[in-house]
Amino acid sequence: MFYREAGEFKASYKADQAILPIRQDRWFIWAILAVAFLVIPAVSSDYWLGTIMLPFLILALAAIGLNVLTGYAGQLSLGTGGFMATGAFAAYKLATMFPGMHILLVLLFSGTITAGVGILFGIPSLRIKGFYLAVATLASQFFLIWMFNKFGWFTNYSSSGVISAPPMTAIGDVLVTGAHATVTAKYLFALSIVTLLALITKNLVRSNIGREWMAVRDMDIAAEIIGIKMLPTKLKAFAYSSFLCGIAGALWAFVHTGSVEPLAFDVNRSFQILFMIIIGGLGSIMGAFLGSAFIVLLPIFLSNAPHWFGLDIPVDLISHIEAMVFGALIIFFLIVEPHGLARLWQITKEKLRLWPFPY
Amino acid sequence: MYERKFGEVILDLKGISLSFGAMRVLNNISFNVRKGEIRSIIGPNGAGKSSMLNVINGVYHPQEGEITFRGEVRKEMKVHEAAGFGIARTFQNIALFKGMSTLDNIMTGRNLKMKSNMFWQALYWGKAQKEEIEHRKKVEEIIDFLEIQAIRKTPVGRLPYGMQKRVELGRALAAEPEILLLDEPMAGMNVEEKEDMSRFVLDINDEFGTTIVLIEHDMGVVMDISDRVVVLDYGRQLADGTPDVVRNNQDVIDAYLGVPH
Repeated sequence: MFYREAGEFKASYKADQAILPIRQDRWFIWAILAVAFLVIPAVSSDYWLGTIMLPFLILALAAIGLNVLTGYAGQLSLGTGGFMATGAFAAYKLATMFPGMHILLVLLFSGTITAGVGILFGIPSLRIKGFYLAVATLASQFFLIWMFNKFGWFTNYSSSGVISAPPMTAIGDVLVTGAHATVTAKYLFALSIVTLLALITKNLVRSNIGREWMAVRDMDIAAEIIGIKMLPTKLKAFAYSSFLCGIAGALWAFVHTGSVEPLAFDVNRSFQILFMIIIGGLGSIMGAFLGSAFIVLLPIFLSNAPHWFGLDIPVDLISHIEAMVFGALIIFFLIVEPHGLARLWQITKEKLRLWPFPY
Repeated sequence: MYERKFGEVILDLKGISLSFGAMRVLNNISFNVRKGEIRSIIGPNGAGKSSMLNVINGVYHPQEGEITFRGEVRKEMKVHEAAGFGIARTFQNIALFKGMSTLDNIMTGRNLKMKSNMFWQALYWGKAQKEEIEHRKKVEEIIDFLEIQAIRKTPVGRLPYGMQKRVELGRALAAEPEILLLDEPMAGMNVEEKEDMSRFVLDINDEFGTTIVLIEHDMGVVMDISDRVVVLDYGRQLADGTPDVVRNNQDVIDAYLGVPH
């Protein structure tokens, strides 16, 4: 009843090709952005912003990166953690070698370096597909983490192997990294970058390059016959995906935790991001956010829920129950909607268009 | 029927032989395609018809023979070369991009004509946006031509078989091909759908002047719409000529009806 595009007529292809051609969807997104930029920083505690919203945003960015590669271009990858580590260590080396460099440039260059590494590990994708490619990218995961542990140069020969972000400012003298930065500044900085990169990704996937990626994913032989070159198309997907993962890794190390060791980006991180896009929805930007919210928020909700209901349960029991309920919920959602939360949202919208009529 | 006029020979295949190991799929096949004609390839199952199309657009590389396209002699086609030369095709088993909408499938068919780089596409602004709109116009013309306006935004995986065949034809047309290779475009269709598809094939040939190479099992359709027919059987070439000549050829009759031993 409220969500219906009847009466909205497009007079040009430009209007029809807009990101959100339906008016209600546009309002909805503007409302979410307003809440994210204005309401959440105003009402949330530092705990909420720092330990829930920041990891949610940064992991959502990494999930968008993996979704470009796996969801859009159809190349299964388990190297996300390694690429995030590459971004984090590239940012650290850049920030310590060129202390005057602006943080936006540091992020841009660390993303670019990660894109180069991604291209290198993407070359086998021309020959191997599916699970075999996943194993090949798993090799990159272990190799990269091993490399950052092995060679002291990457950590500036720190004895613990931990890198710490130097204090850096974004605009004027507002610190966004280091111990003296406020959580609100960190949050708004990460939010701006994630929003911008999500928009750029959306533009790419609705352009020619995005269609080429999906063509390679859906039917590679037909794609080749209509003139799509396999190697450049796949490598572009690897490059852009790693670019996003690299920036996510740099944000994680600099803005979220402040100091990080290579183990923070081990294979578990790769699996975590992969679960996010599977649960959120392959081939959907929104799915990356939904999946990240599910994986980050649900355990926190589960561990706090008994407390809210006034139940007195021992902490260790709660953490066991949490793991069980979390696993059960993942299975439940995958059975209800194997195409992820984004598809569930799509179906809801289709139903809403007809509501209150069944068809 | 009025007299049809054809241009010069644009594709000439001479002595094409193709084997997979000891299996000889094509054996010394020679025929040519003239500009603007509807050229059919017929033959029983396993005759090598689809392999012939795969040789023309470079999926298979023949061991012997030469291919002359636009006056240039070559041993084999390369897949991306063929696409660049304007050779488009549809498949016997539909090979659409199932997760994408009809519109996106046909837009993808125009990928070779899109020139803006990734940077502009990331901004979706200026050159890239202008290009998207221009190509959308062209794609909408194809959608109108094939009468598939209603399914423009439907994911093709949800479409019925006949419609998918039509979308696949649209994707091939989007490249504005010089030669269109159709691999059994009417397989599994009922009479009405076959009539629709025949009409589209004739209209494409007539309105755009596209040369068509067609594989089809429905003899009624083939004899009706083809200008010349080449007949294959077990990789050998049995006959080549106008439908009338082919229909009365004794070898062809034997191959289709069998010979009493």
